[in-house]
Amino acid sequence: MTVTAAFFYLFATITVASGFMVIASRNPVQAVLFLILAFVNAAGLFLMMGAEFLAMILVIVYVGAVAVLFLFVVMMLDVDFAELRQGFLQYLPVGGLIGAVFLLELILVIGAYVVDPGLVRSPAVAIPSPQVMTNTEALGQVLYTRYFYFFQAAGLILLVAMIGAIVLTLRERVGVRRQDISKQNARTQETAVEVRKVPFRQGV
Amino acid sequence: MELGDILLAVAIMLGKSLLMLVALLIFIAYALYADRKVWAAVQLRRGPNVVGPWGLLQSFADLLKFVLKEPVIPASANKGMFLLAPLLMCTLSLAAWAVIPLNAGWAIADINVGILYIFAISSLGVYGVIMGGWASNSKYPFLGALRSAAQMVSYEVSIGFVIVTVLMCAGTLNLSAIVEAQNTGLGILGWYWLPLFPMFVVFFISAMAETNRPPFDLPEAESELVAGYMVEYSSTPYLLFMLGEYVAIMTMCALGTILFLGGWLSPIPFAPFTWIPGVIWFVLKASFLFLLIAMVKALVPRYRYDQLMRLGWKVFLPLSLAMVVIVAGVLMLTGTAPGMR
Repeated sequence: MTVTAAFFYLFATITVASGFMVIASRNPVQAVLFLILAFVNAAGLFLMMGAEFLAMILVIVYVGAVAVLFLFVVMMLDVDFAELRQGFLQYLPVGGLIGAVFLLELILVIGAYVVDPGLVRSPAVAIPSPQVMTNTEALGQVLYTRYFYFFQAAGLILLVAMIGAIVLTLRERVGVRRQDISKQNARTQETAVEVRKVPFRQGV
Repeated sequence: MELGDILLAVAIMLGKSLLMLVALLIFIAYALYADRKVWAAVQLRRGPNVVGPWGLLQSFADLLKFVLKEPVIPASANKGMFLLAPLLMCTLSLAAWAVIPLNAGWAIADINVGILYIFAISSLGVYGVIMGGWASNSKYPFLGALRSAAQMVSYEVSIGFVIVTVLMCAGTLNLSAIVEAQNTGLGILGWYWLPLFPMFVVFFISAMAETNRPPFDLPEAESELVAGYMVEYSSTPYLLFMLGEYVAIMTMCALGTILFLGGWLSPIPFAPFTWIPGVIWFVLKASFLFLLIAMVKALVPRYRYDQLMRLGWKVFLPLSLAMVVIVAGVLMLTGTAPGMR
């Protein structure tokens, strides 16, 4: 038990500390790297709770894909944090108010949270014990039975967001030569090469 | 648990990890040698042949040379991150080997979500490249880093779908169980490379793109970006980058062996062949995949960047998505899905 506790405090401390460093560090790239550290340690906390599937998915999706793109953008933008901090005091009251409202809402939501009584009382599938079923399987069984429509709706929302992002950034440039692979592969020696007899001292 | 038990468990784990590490690194040293020999043979050269008999000690000589050289850190580089990047790359790629089963029950950690763990760790490898490219504070490394970020993320998607098709057939995320699921008594014909052959090809090509191997070594691209994200690196940090890259390639070979070539199983499922220890079959299969990758390096010219992106997003992604649907449909229709049997 002591080992578990030690690891919990290790992961928790690093998560909180790196979370703080995300907003405290001067360099935006370092801030993103601290964010990644926070993600990885949160995955460690998931692992300790026995939620190994969620831990791995957190690392794959957030660290392996989302944060990479985030880092990508931050590196390319030349963000000057000193400039961003200029109106700090001016915006502090409004920002603080919004933060307080958000915190209150979070407390209300989390405080009133209960596990869906219908799920507990008459489960569509029996809630398995972690000894007989891996949590990957258990999650799948819940997601694809009881929460199937929510799951699909979430997928559709993401699809719409993706299409929206593509449409917003797509611009058709004219006059750009593009490679048409099928056309290129369809070329044969007959259509591509022409053999000519060049008369001496006259050129083609 | 008593403190003694904990210490014992830690000591056993350390011993196993050390054994795996040493075996892996020696194997990598000879894989590197084989890589160069194959490359040389294709180009009608002799390759490394001076250090030791037939040049067998070349990799070790290279190691000494790299370690003894002076590490140069550019004045304008972000020093901490500059040194952290190669370390991260090397550590992460070595960490993936913690879950790879070389034989029945031979994995250091036989975890439930082994395949997801490898996928997660290999997707972290891109940070070494990005951090190295950014911390160098120079334009060629930076361009290399940007290229590799886009490239590795793109091909991860198709590798993910390839893994999904295998998982649907095997019905488990545990690497040992995936190998056992291929033990159908048919030997080489029962492994997943045959029913999932298109996915095997997609996996092989994506693995090369994911590990920045030629013909997809655009992050390095020595002819245009000098050497991409590694330009500013010298001595041991450079060695760590190279080592990390080769370990990642071996990880992909091992993963291909486990997913498609039946891991430690014997290709011919009867007596004299099944007596051979599984680890030998595993090493042989992984070496075969490595040989293929080495041959590709020698034979195929480098892709252009837009071609690379087209291949990843417009060819492999739809293909692997379609295969996920097809495999799922076939498994359901024939009633052979795991859990239905």
